[in-house]
Amino acid sequence: MTPELSFSLTLATPELMLAIGAMAMLMVGVFSGERSTTLVNGLSVAILIAAGAWMLFFGQNGLGFNGVFVSDPFARFMKMLTLIGSIVTLVMSVGFAKAEKFDKFEFPVLILLSTLGMLLMVSANDMITLYMGLELQSLAAYVIAAINRDSVRSTEAGLKYFVLGALSSGMLLYGISLVYGYTGNTGFDAIAAALAGGERQLGLVFGLVFVLAGLAFKISAVPFHMWTPDVYEGAPTPVTAFFAAAPKMAAMALIVRVTMGAFEPIAFDWQQIVVFISIASMLLGAFAAIGQRNIKRLMAYSSIGHMGYALVGLAANSEAGVRGVALYMLIYLIMTLGTFAFILAMRRKEGNVEQIDDLSGLSSTNPMMATVLTIMMFSLAGIPWLAGFWAKWYVFLAAIDSGLYALAVIGVLASVVGAYYYLRVIKIMWFDEPAGGFQPMAGELRLVMTVTGAFVFFYVLIGGPIETMAEAAAGTFF
Amino acid sequence: MSEWPILSTVTFLPLVGAFLILMIKDEGAAARRNIRNVALFTTAFTFVLSLFIWAAFDPSNAGFQFVEKVEWLGSGVTYHMGVDGISMLFVILTTFLMPLCVLASWVSVEKRVKEYMIAFLVLETLMIGVFCALDIVLFYVFFEAGLIPMFIIIGVWGGKRRVYASFKFFLYTLLGSVLMLLAIMAMYWQAGTTDIPTLLAHDFPASMQTWLWLAFFASFAVKMPMWPVHTWLPDAHVEAPTAGSVILAGILLKMGGYGFLRFSLPMFPLASADFAPFVFALSVIAIIYTSLVALMQEDIKKLIAYSSVAHMGFVTMGIFTMNDIGIQGAIFQMLSHGLVSGALFLCVGVVYDRMHTREISAYGGLVNNMPKYAVVFLIFTMANVGLPGTSGFVGEFMTLLGAFQANTWVAFFATTGVVLSAAYALWLYRRVVFGALTKDSLKGLLDLSTREKAVIYPLVILVIFFGVYPSPILDATAASVEALVSNVTASIDAGRATAAAALAQ
Repeated sequence: MTPELSFSLTLATPELMLAIGAMAMLMVGVFSGERSTTLVNGLSVAILIAAGAWMLFFGQNGLGFNGVFVSDPFARFMKMLTLIGSIVTLVMSVGFAKAEKFDKFEFPVLILLSTLGMLLMVSANDMITLYMGLELQSLAAYVIAAINRDSVRSTEAGLKYFVLGALSSGMLLYGISLVYGYTGNTGFDAIAAALAGGERQLGLVFGLVFVLAGLAFKISAVPFHMWTPDVYEGAPTPVTAFFAAAPKMAAMALIVRVTMGAFEPIAFDWQQIVVFISIASMLLGAFAAIGQRNIKRLMAYSSIGHMGYALVGLAANSEAGVRGVALYMLIYLIMTLGTFAFILAMRRKEGNVEQIDDLSGLSSTNPMMATVLTIMMFSLAGIPWLAGFWAKWYVFLAAIDSGLYALAVIGVLASVVGAYYYLRVIKIMWFDEPAGGFQPMAGELRLVMTVTGAFVFFYVLIGGPIETMAEAAAGTFF
Repeated sequence: MSEWPILSTVTFLPLVGAFLILMIKDEGAAARRNIRNVALFTTAFTFVLSLFIWAAFDPSNAGFQFVEKVEWLGSGVTYHMGVDGISMLFVILTTFLMPLCVLASWVSVEKRVKEYMIAFLVLETLMIGVFCALDIVLFYVFFEAGLIPMFIIIGVWGGKRRVYASFKFFLYTLLGSVLMLLAIMAMYWQAGTTDIPTLLAHDFPASMQTWLWLAFFASFAVKMPMWPVHTWLPDAHVEAPTAGSVILAGILLKMGGYGFLRFSLPMFPLASADFAPFVFALSVIAIIYTSLVALMQEDIKKLIAYSSVAHMGFVTMGIFTMNDIGIQGAIFQMLSHGLVSGALFLCVGVVYDRMHTREISAYGGLVNNMPKYAVVFLIFTMANVGLPGTSGFVGEFMTLLGAFQANTWVAFFATTGVVLSAAYALWLYRRVVFGALTKDSLKGLLDLSTREKAVIYPLVILVIFFGVYPSPILDATAASVEALVSNVTASIDAGRATAAAALAQ
């Protein structure tokens, strides 16, 4: 083994752990049958935690595999978020899987594979790595969306996701080919070098647009958001939680790396695109959510809006902007996981419920649950002192610094519109007459809700060190 | 200085009380009594503690006192607290009104007492924080976070249209504030800090001042509220429970005026000078128009709400006269209005608790069976009108005096508001209290209870005391206001000189 290869393998150890782990789990599942779901789930969580711990304690900076794979503070920050998303989803799925008879050992295995794809996306430093990671992530995700194969809604969600996802992959690939054609390279560093040297060509801009369109699909930014509400509503709730959390982290990291790395010399071109999809996402997320009755659909539109806010930071094209994106994704992740823990806990005797009206009067029947969801909703709306406010603070701070005043004004006004539907959830819980409480929460959901709720509530006290971490991550590009 | 951080103690003490209430698990009558006692004790203790601030306050010092500064978030945002002559008395006003609010809700709030008291205690922390914050981000956090408990208070314990009122209150105020948030960010990049004392010393470029001023204005004008963005106030007031109205009128409205004094005037003096006629116009319209609207109200609370808007018109007018007496008067008017309007809402609460209606036509002749109530209501009505000898007079007179110096016509039109306020207030009083006691439903009403006396009598004493002897307040504010005015005037003169020089070239 050459020193170069062994270094590369060291860099990619978390990915290797997941790849080998996923295959091992598949074996365990196949040989011990359906009863092994809990075991496979637990072991998968252990593998994910081990990968995260390895990254935390032994993570190094550097380029591996001839420059197609990169590990830097930004990658590790975003990978950590991705892993947290996957771990928490697996933990939350245990009770649901039992109750809804959806305990298939393939679920944790697919999550592992999907997470592996995401880690590759975050570390991609070459268009080919990017595509490999993205496809691994997506193919696993298509299957997960349809995993409840006896349910029409779930299979419909899977199919929809697959068809639209395939389309977006096609666009992405076409964009990559154009970029390769005009720059002669697939490596991000080489593309940036080629762009910095030569003049800007129109065909290249087309390539850029296609690449960004393919990536915007993955974060469900407008106008590539159509799949989101249907898939969120149709997929089993733990799967929805997974889609709302982990893949968004990886895809956003990828967008940041592609724009800040490969296309940095033509920042002017992609900035316009990012500003447009950011505004469109914020507005659509704010207005379309108003009429929703199903809480999962509401969260779908909410996530569209939030991706718009995160992109505000990217549009700023500055260190403060990347810091804002990193912090936004972190806080969004925690809020989303907390909210989905709540949605999973919306259980009556007859089964899970998903309508917002089912929350009626929850503050009298389950005061603690109602309080945590209230905190989450105010935080999602961006009201200080909660974490969601600080997320918005950092991205808009960057936008103002870069002189994007119109974007900032539209953004904050959209956040006022958005506040309306978050308030409506609170109103139903606090102001309306009780409609019967929920069953007691499972222990793991209680744990997730407590931790996320505490994070959102006490972010003001712990924000300093977190900002320092995000600052270090953002420093990668400058 | 290793002194005891008294401002932080006063600010966060109510949270300790809220935490204690959270720990009370049972739900019986005994638990409810415990909750009320804890809330009352906490607020009373906070008030007593806050008096030490006033006692130790050095009125000759125009700068910030009791300063505390700790590193907080990165990028220069610090936890910085301190008070000066402008903000100190608002802290006292807040801590003073809170125990009264708890007492006023003693029997009228029956359901969800625990959540109610927690919401009020959290709100107290946030309100005190607004007046103590010396970092603009910290200020914004306190300023905005107050929406959360107030939204819950109006929505859960409010009247029939509480949902509409709470949403309107929340979204209106949020809409104004987010623009201010962007302005704060722009100031951060321009001055490199969010520290208020540093920002006060910073010269913002004239072109930038205009935009910053407008953004801050959007927030404070809604909060104040100024015509034409006042429409959330009557709804919120009418639907809120009594104590909520007291807090809303007594303290939340003052945040707008405080904001003008703390930010708009000293940080953007050139823009303030340019926009002063605009503010005068809005103030005068508010004074006259809302007084006329108040005349036509059939709901007691709504009438008082509109009268609040009119009185806040005097405040904005006084602030933008940019002279000593006008600003002193504006501060005095805010403090006095905090006492008087709070007291008026408490008076409405007294009869509302008995009759459960706020229709003026449902009352009449209360003087016959509620003589004590008639007397206190009369005193507060007179204070609201601005009768000499009550605190209402001092504030109005000083603001009018300041306005006369700045612009005679403004003073002229504003003074008509005094006449109009006498018209609606006295007419209201006549319809509710005087006349024959003909309605059967009113005949059984009892006069003020001991608890109600304990709530209202301290306010009577203060309203008359400060009306006769306003010096304690004026002395405390004098030095800071003087420094503010001289800084603003100097900046305006310097700005004009620069503009003239640029023109001459």
